[in-house]
Formats: sequence, C-alpha cells, structure tokens
Amino acid sequence: MIHLTIDGLPVAVAEGTTVLQAAQQLGISIPTLCHHPDQAVKANCRICVVENEGQATLIPSCASPVVEGMKIFTHSPKVRKVRRHILELILARHAQDCLHCKRSGSCELQKVSEDMHFVDPPRYPYHPRSNELDDYSSPSIVRTASKCIACGRCEYVCSDIQEVHAIAKTNRGFDVNFGTAYNRSLGDSVCINCGQCVQACPTGALTIRDDTERFWSTIGTGKLIVAQVAPSVRINIAEAIGEDPGTISTGRLVTAMKRIGFDLVFDTNFSADLTIMEEGTELLGRLQNGGTLPMVTSCSPGWIKFCETYYADLLPNLSTCKSPQGMFGALIKTYYADKIGKKPDEIFSVSIMPCTAKKYEATRPELGRDGYQDVDLVITVQELARMIRSAGIDFKNLPESDFDQPFGLGSGAGTIFGVTGGVMEAALRTVYEVVTGQTLENIELEAVRGYEGVKEATIQVGDLPVKVAIAHGLGNARKLMDAVREGKADYHFIEIMACPGGCIGGGGNSIKDWKKMGDRYDAIYREDRRLPVRKSHENKEVQELYKEFLGEPNGHRSHELLHTVYTDRSVLLR
Amino acid sequence: MLQETRIVLRNVGKIDPVSIEDYRANGGYEGLKKALSMSNDAVIGEIRTSALRGRGGAGFPTWKKLSISAGVDADQKYIICNADEGEPGTNKDRVVLSGDPNSIFEGMAIAGYAIGATKGFIYLRYEYPYIFPILETALENARRAGCLGKDIFGSGFDFDITVVSGGGAYVCGEETALIASIEGKRGEPRFKPPYPGVEGLYGKPTVVNNVETLANLPCIIEQGGAWFSKIGAPNCTGTKIFTVCGNVTRPGVVEYPMGTNLKEIVETHGGVSDGRGLLGLMLGGQSGNLINPSQMDLQMDIDTCRAANATLGTGTVMLIDDYNEILDIVENIMGFFIEESCGKCTPCREGNIRMHEIIHNINTGNGRLEDLDLLEELAETMKLASLCALGQNSFYPVITSLHNFRDDYLKAIERGQRV
Repeated sequence: MIHLTIDGLPVAVAEGTTVLQAAQQLGISIPTLCHHPDQAVKANCRICVVENEGQATLIPSCASPVVEGMKIFTHSPKVRKVRRHILELILARHAQDCLHCKRSGSCELQKVSEDMHFVDPPRYPYHPRSNELDDYSSPSIVRTASKCIACGRCEYVCSDIQEVHAIAKTNRGFDVNFGTAYNRSLGDSVCINCGQCVQACPTGALTIRDDTERFWSTIGTGKLIVAQVAPSVRINIAEAIGEDPGTISTGRLVTAMKRIGFDLVFDTNFSADLTIMEEGTELLGRLQNGGTLPMVTSCSPGWIKFCETYYADLLPNLSTCKSPQGMFGALIKTYYADKIGKKPDEIFSVSIMPCTAKKYEATRPELGRDGYQDVDLVITVQELARMIRSAGIDFKNLPESDFDQPFGLGSGAGTIFGVTGGVMEAALRTVYEVVTGQTLENIELEAVRGYEGVKEATIQVGDLPVKVAIAHGLGNARKLMDAVREGKADYHFIEIMACPGGCIGGGGNSIKDWKKMGDRYDAIYREDRRLPVRKSHENKEVQELYKEFLGEPNGHRSHELLHTVYTDRSVLLR
Repeated sequence: MLQETRIVLRNVGKIDPVSIEDYRANGGYEGLKKALSMSNDAVIGEIRTSALRGRGGAGFPTWKKLSISAGVDADQKYIICNADEGEPGTNKDRVVLSGDPNSIFEGMAIAGYAIGATKGFIYLRYEYPYIFPILETALENARRAGCLGKDIFGSGFDFDITVVSGGGAYVCGEETALIASIEGKRGEPRFKPPYPGVEGLYGKPTVVNNVETLANLPCIIEQGGAWFSKIGAPNCTGTKIFTVCGNVTRPGVVEYPMGTNLKEIVETHGGVSDGRGLLGLMLGGQSGNLINPSQMDLQMDIDTCRAANATLGTGTVMLIDDYNEILDIVENIMGFFIEESCGKCTPCREGNIRMHEIIHNINTGNGRLEDLDLLEELAETMKLASLCALGQNSFYPVITSLHNFRDDYLKAIERGQRV
C-alpha cells in the first residue's frame, strides 16, 4: 500500500492507483474532461491538475500514480486559479448555445463549469474551435466541430477500441480538430455508424442524428404507425429517462409509446426468434453441405459495414440473414400489410433501437422493395426518451401494457440478443434441440456469457463438437477475423457485435461506462429468466408464421424476405 | 577578446567530416576503445565524475539519465541522438553534425555501451536535408573501418546507427514527441512517467541526448571526468557552444567554457553592427528570455542564468538592435509558437494564441492595462499546467519582456488610448 495525504486527509491505496482515484476514495471530487473511465490516460485537458508539495508544476491527477509520502492539494488557491483559467480557455472556444444543445443537461463541460461555479463570461473573445458547418452527411451521427473541446475521447474509442479509424486528430496547435481522412464528410468515410464516439464525447460535438421530428409530423397523416422495439430498449429506456441503470420497464414502455401516438407496438424479440430459426437452419445447412465456415452473425449493422470495408474478402462467411430489424421490417409491409388489408405506403414503420447504425441499415437498398424502404424511421433510446419527456409523460408512474399481436411474443432467447454472447446462446439453445431431438437441460450457457473481449467455447451438439467464438467491440472482432483470414481459426460459428457489451452498450443508448454496463447486463439475463418461453423455436407466434406464411426456415419466401446480400466497400480504404 | 576552448568543436573545420581516417588521426574512437575496456558502471562513473549536464536546454545530469536505463532489464535498449535543432537562431548542432559527425557516433556508441544498447538513432531536423548524406557517408565509412557495427574493435560489443529525418515539427525536439515521430505516430509529447529511460522507443528503455552532449563523451572518457570537471563553472562543467546571432558584427558558432561572461561574448563578437544601439538580447532560443542591455553582466551557465531569470537554454545569444520594437519581436515569436504548438494540451494550445492575440492588440493600439495582468496569469497557467516543455516555456519572451521592457508595453497601451 502507498500512503499519502490529500487535502490533509491520510489515505492508503494500492500501488499504481492514480491521484484522481485516491481522491475519489476520500470523497474528493476533481473535475475531469479528457479522462474517461473506460479509456487510457490522455492527460491533455489539464482540468484535473492538482498541487504536489515540493513539485514546481502542477500534476494531472488522472495520469499521476501515487507515490509514498505525497502531499496533494486538490483545491488550493494556486490549483483553483489555474484550473479556472484552463476552463476559461476551453469555454472561449466552445459554442455558446447551451440552451438548445442536445447535450444540455448531460454535457460534461456544462457540469464541470457548474461544479466550479464558473459564472462570469470568459475574458477572451469567442473563437469557435472550427468554422466548419455541422456535418449531417451520416444517417446516424452529427458532427458539430464548434462544440469540440479536443479531448481526444472520440479518437480513442474509434481507433483504439473499435479500430475503425474513421475519426482522428487533424491539424495542429490552435486549429486542432477531430475529423476524417482527407476531410471527407462522415457519411463518405469509413465510419461504421456505431455511435461509440457519441457515447465517448463529453459535449455536443458528436451526437445522434435526431429524427424525432419525422415521427411527430407523421401523426395525423392517416398512416398506420407501427413500431418494433429492440430487446435492449426495455432495459435502457428507464435509465435514459433518469431511473437506475438496469431498470426493466417493458410494460411501461409500451404504454408510453401508445400515448405518444404509435398505433401498434410490436416486439423485435419476435423477429430475433425468427432470426434464430433462419440462422440456425443456415448454420446446419453449411455444416451438412460443406458451406463456408465459420459462419458469422449478421445482426449488427455496424459490424456489417466494418466487414464490408475491412474484411470484404470474408463476406461469404457472413450469414445471409437480415438483422431482426430487417426481418421485421420486411414482414410488416408484406405479410402483415396483406393481413390487415393495407398497402405498404399506408404504413409508417418505426424501429426503436439502442443503435445508431440501425439508422444507416434502414437506408440500405437491400432492406426494401418496389421503391419503398421496409423501415421508415429508426429512433434510438436517447431520442425516444426525449419524445417521452416532451410528450409530458410521467414515465415512472405509468401503468403497464402488453405488446400488440401478432408479433408481440418474444422468447428469453430473443431477449438476450441484446447482450454480447446472446445471439450465440439463443442459437445454441435451438440448434441443440433441433439436431439432437432432446431437451437442453441447462439452457443458461455460462461458457458464452460475460464481458471478456473474445470468448471461445466448444458445445457438444449430438455427435458434433460445435466450436464457437464471440467478440464484441470491433477491435476484438479484428482479432477473430484476422485469425479466420489467416486460416488459423477452426470455428464453426462466430458471433460479432460492433459495440462493446453488445446492444446494451449500443451508441443509441444514454451515455454509458462499464460500471453502468454491469447493471444492464444483469437486467437482460434477469428478463430472460422471467419469461415463460426461453427458446426461439418454442415461440408460438413464430411457429404460426411458418405454418401460415413462410413455410419452412430458409425456404423460398424466407429467402425473398428475410435474407440479404452484402457489398464490397473496400473502396473506402483508398 | 575571448579565446575559444574547443572540446566538442575540436575537429570542426580541420578534418574531412566523412573521413574516418581523418577522425582517427586526431584521436578519434580512442574514447570508445577505452570505454570498451572498462565496465559499464565505470563508464557511467567517469561521466558522473565529469559532472556533464545535458546540453539540450534542461541541464539534466547525463550520468543519471544513463544509469536509469542501465538499471532496467530489457532485451533491447536504444540511444537516440536528438538532432532536431528546431530552436530558431540556434545552429550549434548543425555545425557538429556537418563538421564532425564521428564525434557524435562515438559518443552514442559510448552511451550505448554504458546502458547496454546496441542500436542508435539520429533524429535529424527536417530542415537539414544536406546533412543527411554527410551522416550516411560518414556512417558507412565508420562501419567499414570497424568503428561501428558488429563486434567493435573485437570487444564483442555491437552498435549501429540509423539516421531518421524529422517531419519539420518544433515539438519533436521534446523527447517523447521525438520518439512518437520515429515510431511513425503523430509527433506529440505524452505524459511522463513512464520516462523514456524506462519505457521509450517501441516501449524499450531509451536514452535521448542532445548532439552536443553526446559529442562531449569521447573526450570525457579519453581524458577523464576529472579533467573535464575542471573546465567551466563549478556546478556546470565543460564548455558550451554558443550561437551568436542577430544584428551582430561577427556572428558565429563558438565554444567557450561554461560561465563565460555574456558581456565579454558580446564584445568579442563586436557588438551590434551598423553603428546601431543595442535594444536587448534574446537568450537561449525563442522560448528563452528577452533581457535588456543593463542585465548583460551575466555568467553564462545553467544555474547562474536560472537564478538571474535568464536562460542558457541552447546557448543562443541573439542581439536585437534599436531599429526594432520589442513588441514586434514578441508578437513575431508568439506567432512561431502558435504554429508549433502540437495542440494536445489546453494551456499550450489555447494559451499561445491568446498571448499572441493580446500582444497584437497592445501593439496595434487596442491594449488595456488589465491585459498585462491577464498575460501574467496566463503565463502562470501555462507554466504550471502544460504537458511538455513547449507550453511550460513558450511564454518566457512575453513575461521577460513585460518585466524588462515594461515601459514599451505601457507606452503602447497609452498610445492606443490617446487615439
């Protein structure tokens, strides 16, 4: 243990602890901006400087390891003066429009200013970080360079965690900015729309593209507004409105959406189960007929664009199944429209998603036919939370409602699509029983659970030991895909989720860190255990759909509606 | 008239820079030979006795730097020669690099032997492209003569050197930025610890030393640390290469003992030319100090300068004649730092341009008296909170001129208010 005093209070902490962490243990809060609990030390914003007795300069507490006998002062007059000056320098470069900023209320810069009681205008004239116009080129993410404080958190997550390398530091000195290669717009860059930069950004410089107005303007047009709600939304929506992370609010969510103006609210868990039927069958087909292996999941649209860009040579490994959003979208405007006697253009199909990349996915030409898109609008958790608040709904005290029929039933297997390893577990629950004809005794497959970056397991399915691997976060996906490319991986089935943690860590949720992710993780498995049906093939509504309309998994109609093709996008790397 | 004491510049102008024969005929590689007959510890001990301090500006004891890396267990260690001489007005390293490269190679090999490094890099300033072939040829000749490469002088010690070109960034003179640049990354400094001596180039223990520091080592080993320690000032031994420049009658790169009086240096070089008066002097490079002529009676060594609120820095002495305005000079210098701040940390990125902005306002008649307090406060913030030496020093021309030429500031503000 290392012994030191902070503001006169003695504390003993483990070697390698930073001064910032030691102060937190004492209940002393030091403001930070470039520091992020999930990222490596950058030490560039300097707002967290503290005084170390005997040292001429101040030290950044986020980066400085504790040393035996240190005497730290976190709020001495010297520290206070310098820290406020640094804040003043930052504020004099930052857009001055807090009142109508998307991050107002959740902005870290705003909080730091407020905590430091910074109420006078900066003594320096305002020079925006950049005079670039806001970049609306991406269907998912809006870049507002004038709100950037050059902390570098977006670059870290994009390049070091996701390894997408869409955003990096450009220019030097006063003109430093964070942008794309060759100053391309985000929409034309290698950006895969995962939105992890939005999650990392402390200010409103990177935000989710707000599409809520398109919803409000559809109300009263006579169109039937049909929604599907992704598995993880029921875990994350309450948190986004201000309740504790991990609060499950399925019933209240449905009620709120009805009150806002959705005519029908369906459950994407249903199409997750459908995905398992299709994907599981595809996997068995590939295993039996010598198809391309390992087969890789295709639920995560950020991952799909990543694969199309960086691993275009491995596109045959991708499952041809559309994502649950894609399958649902196709069914609503074909099968369901026929069933209720409506034309596709009389239906406005909305997805509620934890994911910014779903906005991009919905624009893909493969997800539509006859000149219309299957999904008209994708609303993220953050946007839905704002819609609920702006509609004056007291979410906490809402009564519960059930999803609408006929797509309102989802299994526990469909629910766990929302977490890394979940698609794999759901698939194995079904594949095992279909192949062996026996009941899977313990359906909670611990081997494929957890937040480890890359997981591997071998599951005995009848005579065949099925080798599987799971990666979440694209930096981890690279490790697996490189091994596949080099022929060093003998897996049968790989699950990849673009976002660290899977959908519950998606870019469309409220701002996260790994601590909150723990609560979300527990909640999603809690929800799985609560549900009466926990295997996709036991979902009665799915069985009904095959009987009534689709015929059999991977059959003719399935291929027409539920499967897709991919595009080589490696040209983006030139 | 001062006479030069040439240790680092011993061969410059006398020998063919690329000729290994010339260098050896003048006692070259005798220091390395002697070092190879000693233990690593003894080599560091000899450097300790010499009390040599780094010549890049910070003045850190050289032996200490070496012994930190020597004490780390690693499969690979590196010696880097910092030849990114970016300080405007400083030309001392250029003269050594182009005039006697073997003295640097030999110094690097000695340092390499001392810490157990087999690989060296010379990080050459981007603006010195003509030196590249000189270094390459000299290296090839030294290798052919067995002075570098495998099993040097049959000792079993391997050491070779690669020349790397910088990209033109001033900040890459900072050791962690320099290392990032060699690694192919954006040239930006990083937080220390870990220090390069423990975790440097490619994560391996790395000693980064200035050209002049390294070129001292052969003589120290050959003639002994005790001999060296008798030259110069008590706590600041040896010689210093000065670049005497600006509007001076006899400009040049010269080597005097540490502690030589500034006034004598200026007089030896004939003072200001063209019969003009001396307005002030810029010491130690652009991030150094602007002093006025009344402060000229000054011993030029690291500690005396520091105590007198002046800087020895890189040893630059720039004379400014009275045809100039101090505020023009300061504005110009701050313009340089706006260009050269890497933009990583807030105080340096935002501070330099705000200083420039305020100076420009004052200089164009838009200044206010409270600006002077703001400059002081901003300088304090930059000094205390910047990430690297660039931001921790770039305000010195502003602050020293504000102290030493305060009347010029007050007059400019007053002039503006009268209009």
